[in-house]
Amino acid sequence: MFAYCADPSTLDGLTWLSCYLTTGKHMGFYYAFGTVLLLLAITAPVSLAFGFGGAAMARSRILPVSWIGKAYISVVRGVPDIVFFLFFVIAIDQIFELIRHKIKCPEWTEPIRQGSDFIVCQAAKLPLGNSPQWVHEVYGFSIAVLTFAIVFGAFAANILFGAMRAVPRAQLETAEAYGMSHRQVFRRVLVPQMWVYALPGLSNLWMVLIKATPLLFLLGVEDIVYWARELGGTKTPQFTAYPHGDWRMWYFLFLLVFYLCLTKVSEVVLERLMLRLTHGQATTGGESQRRAA
Amino acid sequence: MMECLDTIGDYALRSLGYGERLLPRTDFTLCQQFTLIGSGMIWNVYFGVVALLTGFALATAVAVGKASRHLWIRKPAEWFVFIFRGSPLFIQFFFGYFLFLSLKQAYPAWGPFTSAWLGAALVLFLNTSAYSAEIFYGALRSIPKGDVEAADAYGLTGLPRFRRVIWPTMLRLAWPSYTNEAIFLFQATTLVFFSGFPATQQKGDALYYANYFADKTFNPFIPYPILAGYFIILTLCIIGVFGWINGRLNRHLPQDRRARLKLRPQVIR
Repeated sequence: MFAYCADPSTLDGLTWLSCYLTTGKHMGFYYAFGTVLLLLAITAPVSLAFGFGGAAMARSRILPVSWIGKAYISVVRGVPDIVFFLFFVIAIDQIFELIRHKIKCPEWTEPIRQGSDFIVCQAAKLPLGNSPQWVHEVYGFSIAVLTFAIVFGAFAANILFGAMRAVPRAQLETAEAYGMSHRQVFRRVLVPQMWVYALPGLSNLWMVLIKATPLLFLLGVEDIVYWARELGGTKTPQFTAYPHGDWRMWYFLFLLVFYLCLTKVSEVVLERLMLRLTHGQATTGGESQRRAA
Repeated sequence: MMECLDTIGDYALRSLGYGERLLPRTDFTLCQQFTLIGSGMIWNVYFGVVALLTGFALATAVAVGKASRHLWIRKPAEWFVFIFRGSPLFIQFFFGYFLFLSLKQAYPAWGPFTSAWLGAALVLFLNTSAYSAEIFYGALRSIPKGDVEAADAYGLTGLPRFRRVIWPTMLRLAWPSYTNEAIFLFQATTLVFFSGFPATQQKGDALYYANYFADKTFNPFIPYPILAGYFIILTLCIIGVFGWINGRLNRHLPQDRRARLKLRPQVIR
C-alpha cells in the first residue's frame, strides 16, 4: 500500500502496523464488512416483503390461503434458527437444481438420489461447473440472502400480522363508512396506519438481524468471521512478510466492538424514527408529543 | 428392531465418549440418526441447565445493580447488559474461545476453559445473565407502588424487604418473559460447536451430529427435521416446568388475575 512497506522486516511499531493493516488480505477483511452491510441492506427490505406477503395471506378471507400464511408464520416457532440456516442452504440449492434438471434434461432416466448422492445432469448444475469464480460467490451470497429472507420474513410476518390487528377498528369502520371497498381500506388506511404498531417489533427484529449476520459464516460465504479466523491465526516468517502470534482474540474483539457500534447506531436511528411515526397518532406516545407541543 | 436396540446401546452415550468409538460411515439408518442426534441433546440440555441455574443468580444481582441509585453500581451493570445483549452470541463464543486459548498459553491453569464443557458454559452463563437481567430490571421497575408501600408500613427494610416483597413480585412479573428467555437459551446452545469450541473425538451436540449426517448423506431432509422434533419436545418440557413454577409464584392470586405464559416466536442472538 505505502511506499515504505517494501521490506516489512525492517519496520517496527506503528509503521509496521500501518503496513500490516493494509495488506491485500486485510483489504479482503474490510471488504467483508461491506458484504455484511450489503446483506443487511438487501435482506431487510426482502424479508419485510416476505413478511408483508405472509401477513396479508394470513389475513385473507380465503381459508386455504390464510392457512398457508399462518403455517409460514408458525413454522419457525420452537426450532433453533441455526437449523433453518443449515437446512435451507442445502434444500434451496437442491430444489433449484432439481427444477433445472427436470427442464433441461428430460431424457435423464437415472434416479436423482443414488444412495447418499444427489446427482443432476451437468447442464442443471448451479452454478455451472465452468463459470468464473465471481458467479460462484454471487450465487452463494444470493442463497444466503434468500435463506435470511425466508427466516426473517416469518418473524416479520408475525409482527405485521399483529400490527394489522392492532389498528383501531374504528378507523377501518370510518373508511368503510366512506364507501371504500375492502381492498381500498387495506391499501389506504390499514397499511399506512399499521407501521406505528409494527415499529417496536420491527426494530427488535432489525437488532436480531444484525446479530444474525455472523451466521453467514456457516452458509459458506467468506465473511468477517472467516477473515478474522484466517488473518488472526499464527503466521510464521516462511509464509508471510508479517509474522505474528495468535491474534485471533484481538480480531474477534474488533468484531465485537463493530457489532456494538452497529447496535448503538441502530438504537439511536430507530428511536428517532419512532418519534416521527408516533406524531399525531392516537397512542400514548402521540398524545405525550401533542401535550409537549 | 433388535438391530436398532444394538444401535441405541452403541451410540446412546456417544456424545459423552462412551460406547462405539467410530461414528457410522455408510448405510445410515434412521435409527442411527435418531440415536446419535438424541445423544447430542445431552450437551444441549447440559449447557442450558447450567447456564440457566447459574445465570439466574447473576441476573438478579445485575438487575438490582442496574436499578441502583449509585452511579458506580449502575454503570457497570448497564455496560454488562449492553455488551452481552448488543453483540452476537456467535462472536462472543469465538472471542471467548480465543481469549481462553491465549490465556492458556500464558497460564496453563486456564486449560479447561478452552474445552466446551467449561468455556462455552461460561460464555452462555454471562450471556443469559445479561438477557435475564434486562427482563428482571423491567419487572423491578413495574412492581406496583402499593406493594412496596405496604412493605414499608410493616417496617420491612433492606434485605428482608427485598427477599419477602420485591424479589417474589419481580419474579412473578418477569416469569412469562423469563420462560421465553429459557427457550431461547436452549436453542442458542446449538451454536457452541460451530463457533470455535472443538468437539474432541466427535463428542458434539445434537446439531453437530445432525450436520454430520447431512454432510455425509447430502440429504438435509432427514437429520434436521429429527433435530427440530427433539427441540420441540425440549421446548414443551421447558414450558411444562416453567408453567408449574409460574403456578407456584401466582398461587396466592385469584384465578383471573394470574399472569398467563405467553410464548412468542424465538429469535437468534
